[in-house]
Amino acid sequence: MRVTQGTFSFLPDLTDDQIRRQVQYALDKGWALGIEHTDDPHPRNTYWEMWGQPMFDLRDAAGVMSELRSCREAHPGHYIRINAFDSERGFETVRLSFIVQRPAEEPGFRLERTEDRGRMIRYRLHPYATDKPSGSRYGK
Amino acid sequence: MNDVSKVVRGPGRSRYTPGVIPYAKMGYWDADYVPKDTDILAVFRITPQEGVDPIEAAAAVAGESSTATWTVVWTDRLTACDAYRARAYKLERVPGSADQYFAYVAYDLALFEAGSIANLTASIIGNVFGFKPVKALRLEDMRLPVPYVKTFQGPATGIVVERERLDKFGRPLLGATVKPKLGLSGKNYGRVVFEALKGGLDFVKDDENINSQPFMHWRDRFLYTMEAVNSASAHTGEVKGHYLNVTAATMEDMYERAEFARDLGSVIVMIDLVIGYTAIQSMAKWARANDMILHLHRAGHSTYTRQKNHGISFRVIAKWMRLAGVDHIHAGTVVGKLEGDPAIVAGIYDSLREPSSPANLQRGLFFEQDWASLRKVMPVASGGIHAGQMHQLLTYLGEDVVLQFGGGTIGHPMGIQAGATANRVALEAMVLARNEGRDIWNEGPEILAAAARHCQPLRAALDTWKDVTYQYASTDTVDFVNTATAT
Repeated sequence: MRVTQGTFSFLPDLTDDQIRRQVQYALDKGWALGIEHTDDPHPRNTYWEMWGQPMFDLRDAAGVMSELRSCREAHPGHYIRINAFDSERGFETVRLSFIVQRPAEEPGFRLERTEDRGRMIRYRLHPYATDKPSGSRYGK
Repeated sequence: MNDVSKVVRGPGRSRYTPGVIPYAKMGYWDADYVPKDTDILAVFRITPQEGVDPIEAAAAVAGESSTATWTVVWTDRLTACDAYRARAYKLERVPGSADQYFAYVAYDLALFEAGSIANLTASIIGNVFGFKPVKALRLEDMRLPVPYVKTFQGPATGIVVERERLDKFGRPLLGATVKPKLGLSGKNYGRVVFEALKGGLDFVKDDENINSQPFMHWRDRFLYTMEAVNSASAHTGEVKGHYLNVTAATMEDMYERAEFARDLGSVIVMIDLVIGYTAIQSMAKWARANDMILHLHRAGHSTYTRQKNHGISFRVIAKWMRLAGVDHIHAGTVVGKLEGDPAIVAGIYDSLREPSSPANLQRGLFFEQDWASLRKVMPVASGGIHAGQMHQLLTYLGEDVVLQFGGGTIGHPMGIQAGATANRVALEAMVLARNEGRDIWNEGPEILAAAARHCQPLRAALDTWKDVTYQYASTDTVDFVNTATAT
């Protein structure tokens, strides 16, 4: 299966050139770019590992692409996303977040159902990848 | 002690002689009045009866929506009545109209209870709309002062927190309403929800009149729907939701349904505007306390918002609902099947989403409005829209909006999942192109056609609905444009 989190997951994987143009758009808006990676794709896994801090002072798309290359080299099997953070009052949140690398194999999720009182069912989403310890799920 | 001039304020002692005197002379018209920053301001479109002086009509509206009755009462003098009288302070003829006027009225903050839409509306739209000397009356806009805004909870969740909870950024959210509206069993209903969510939508929605009917009781719907939501989430790795409509006959019933939705793990519940302002505020409070997004369907509003000469402008309802505390509200599509002039819709969206907005007559905003950090409401665009209009929707409505394609998902020739996928691909392709600096307004059809080359469902959607548009003149339009538009 294909995890479809992020702004552009229904499109074919973005080329580096397409990624750079999105980064430039965010920079032009004055947003800070951040790179994050994980090997736990649970939709409520909010805190992916930060590849350094958000780049508040970096205003050059080439610099962001260079950080992305380093992150990919260090974690070739992880999900990687680029976040654009807007510190403007009234937002102070991520304004754009898209996946720029995903594992070759995405085993997906198991839906566990626990029958409760009456016909109530409690649901739990279990990523198959997390059956293995962190670090050995999709390779590095 | 006996200095009468100190005791009798304003119009003087003769003001209180028993009998009937014009409202304007009772102190409800004051052309020199400078509104205080703390006043609540309202602008009404007044159509006086023939022979009625428009200033007197404006004063009457101010009077009847505050302290006045039809005759002089001496008991006014037991109060600081000058302070409690609303004042009509400005009157303008509606551009291009012979018999309509905009009357501006200021109300002292002390006239209102803190944090109560019911109290506010009982004054502002209470008796006055049936008042005989005006042929028709429409509440066009309001300025809600910061000290008053701060007495309301506001949206239970708000746009920022909603996006963070759903982990969805950078694009409009996508939804659909289950069709047919009525008649599906719980199990069949859940099938539609599952297909649409798995295909790529973020939300599916109950319709306004889906409550607990013989063909599908509410518990059945909730149980099957949440199976669909969770299953779709497992297939996609995304947070998904279905607006479970908890509208019911009593607050007790609504709380029972909302609690069941919460216990099943739903991220969102829904109510209809027809439940009333107090019930809406109660549900907003409940939603805040239960980490729930609150969706409002504006069922019924067109009975009083659509005609230009009488009723309430929807922008006023939108402002009240931001105070009342809903997170989503249907607010117009511009391009779809329902009423929606582009400038009017832009003004409504500003009132829902901006931290503050300046007066902008071209958008129908008569006053500056500061929301004092009250959270933002996500507008919902729903009704007769399809993937082929994506460039127009994104241009008109921006990013913080839920685009709901009901027929445009479920009516897809290749099935519901394909319909959902077509919409999601069209949306992502359009956002990508816009961010790259493309001129989506003019290049939209090309961008969609290019995206359809890697997405057969989008190709089929574009072919099926390519000629569907709703080109009718809007009824509710702005007055301050080059061409006059009075009814």
